[in-house]
Amino acid sequence: MLEFDFMQNAFIAGGLVSVLAGVVGFFLVMRGQTFAGHALSHVGFAGATGAALLGLSPMWGLIWVTLLGGVSMGALGERLQGSDIVIGTILSLALGLGMLFLHFFTAYATQATALLFGNVLGVNTDTLWTLAWLGLACLLLLAIMARPLVFASLQPELAEAKGVSLRQVSMLFLAIVALTTAECIQIVGVLLVFTLMVGPAATAQKLTSHLGTGVLLAALLALAEAWLGITLAFYTDWPTSFWITALSSSAYLAVTVLHMLRNRRPVASAA
Amino acid sequence: MSALSLQQVTVSFAGRAVLSDVTLEIGQGLFIGMLGPNGAGKTTLMRTVLGLIRPAGGRIRVLGEPASSGNAAVGYIPQLRSLAGNMRLRGWDFVASACNGHRWGLPILSRAGRQEVHWALDMVGATELARRPLMETSGGERQRLLLAQALLGRPRLLLLDEPLISLDPHHQHGVVTLVKQVQQELGITVIFSAHELNPLLGAIDQVLYLGRGQAALGKVDEVITKPVLSRLYGSNIDVIRMKNRIFVMAGDVEVEKEEHCHHA
Repeated sequence: MLEFDFMQNAFIAGGLVSVLAGVVGFFLVMRGQTFAGHALSHVGFAGATGAALLGLSPMWGLIWVTLLGGVSMGALGERLQGSDIVIGTILSLALGLGMLFLHFFTAYATQATALLFGNVLGVNTDTLWTLAWLGLACLLLLAIMARPLVFASLQPELAEAKGVSLRQVSMLFLAIVALTTAECIQIVGVLLVFTLMVGPAATAQKLTSHLGTGVLLAALLALAEAWLGITLAFYTDWPTSFWITALSSSAYLAVTVLHMLRNRRPVASAA
Repeated sequence: MSALSLQQVTVSFAGRAVLSDVTLEIGQGLFIGMLGPNGAGKTTLMRTVLGLIRPAGGRIRVLGEPASSGNAAVGYIPQLRSLAGNMRLRGWDFVASACNGHRWGLPILSRAGRQEVHWALDMVGATELARRPLMETSGGERQRLLLAQALLGRPRLLLLDEPLISLDPHHQHGVVTLVKQVQQELGITVIFSAHELNPLLGAIDQVLYLGRGQAALGKVDEVITKPVLSRLYGSNIDVIRMKNRIFVMAGDVEVEKEEHCHHA
């Protein structure tokens, strides 16, 4: 399997992106902002198709537009917090715009599927480098802001009183989320970003109540799901994105059921 | 030096004067119960002391310094909201997040930081409790953890915003006793806001009653009186004492009970 260059690239890209998605996703779930992450990927779709229409690189169109979306969401701050309707409206508008851009630029239509559902087997070396640098930048920024991010996520009012700027934290974090989303789109596509960003993180949080262990576990789960998904895709010839979503949701379902059974036991024995 | 000093302070919030021309002085080492109807400005006053709201006029001194955010000498428990997301984070990590939480970097505590968290948890008897996931603790247990969190950095003034909300009388008593014990042991000033006076009776040194932009500070017997409360409520208030309990009535309605029900 690894004798093929495209498989090597797929494993490297999958590895880079999934670790980043697992770590960033953990904080996204902790902050209860998973829907914002989902919306950002749709904004990216409009960015990528718009860039293609203008003859620019779709990948950079995707990156810049998601970044802009993330920072604006952060700047709007509390006014957007929990506002599912606003986020949902922006999400559908972005997807609609993406459709419009595709309509004008029909030659690009073959790549639309890749954007929407990902194409990790088509990653070339140039893209790999972009993914690596962006991923590194995200992880570095996250490492720098991790402490105030955790504080502001768990106890916003207290953090504010202690001198943390909630808006600054929110903007920086959503910028990281935006870049991570843009990376995930390369692997699983616009519509399935949830599977790498939220699935492993949510599973990890059901497995441990320790912060550090949780972050590590989310990264490892995402990595395992991505690599296993790519391997299964190679042997079955089914789409990689399908396998990753299948693994991600199975893992979440399994720990949820496990949890329910474990929580039920003492009640049953007491009865 | 007083723990908190307000001189002719006016605070506006959403275009309305919540406090107008309030002057008061709270001495150090006192347990103050802060009461008043909903919207009287209890939370606003706390946020002003924390430096998060700038007063429209007057002068505020917190432990001798002008009010500003990031003051390590002021501890704070915000009013309890639902927890962010739906995660199963253990209490220890929740409490520890506030230890130097404003500084950049990875949230990995130094040895001194860990000792500080242990000390704070020990102060409130929550060392065992902190091993459990936060969302699996009861309301009373959660207040215990929040108090530990507020004690990090060894504040000399503690602001507690409605820690008794949605607790049953038994747990209310537990929280008040704990706060009193910590306050005495550390010799700090506590401002404790509440809807009802009775759970605080016996524990508090003074009462700070807010209403209609004004404030009254003093011993319970000085403040919880017909003339003072009638002025703060802007209507005719009766104070009825029964054994060790005090009921504040507007006509046939018990004011505090009424407020409480509205809130719940």
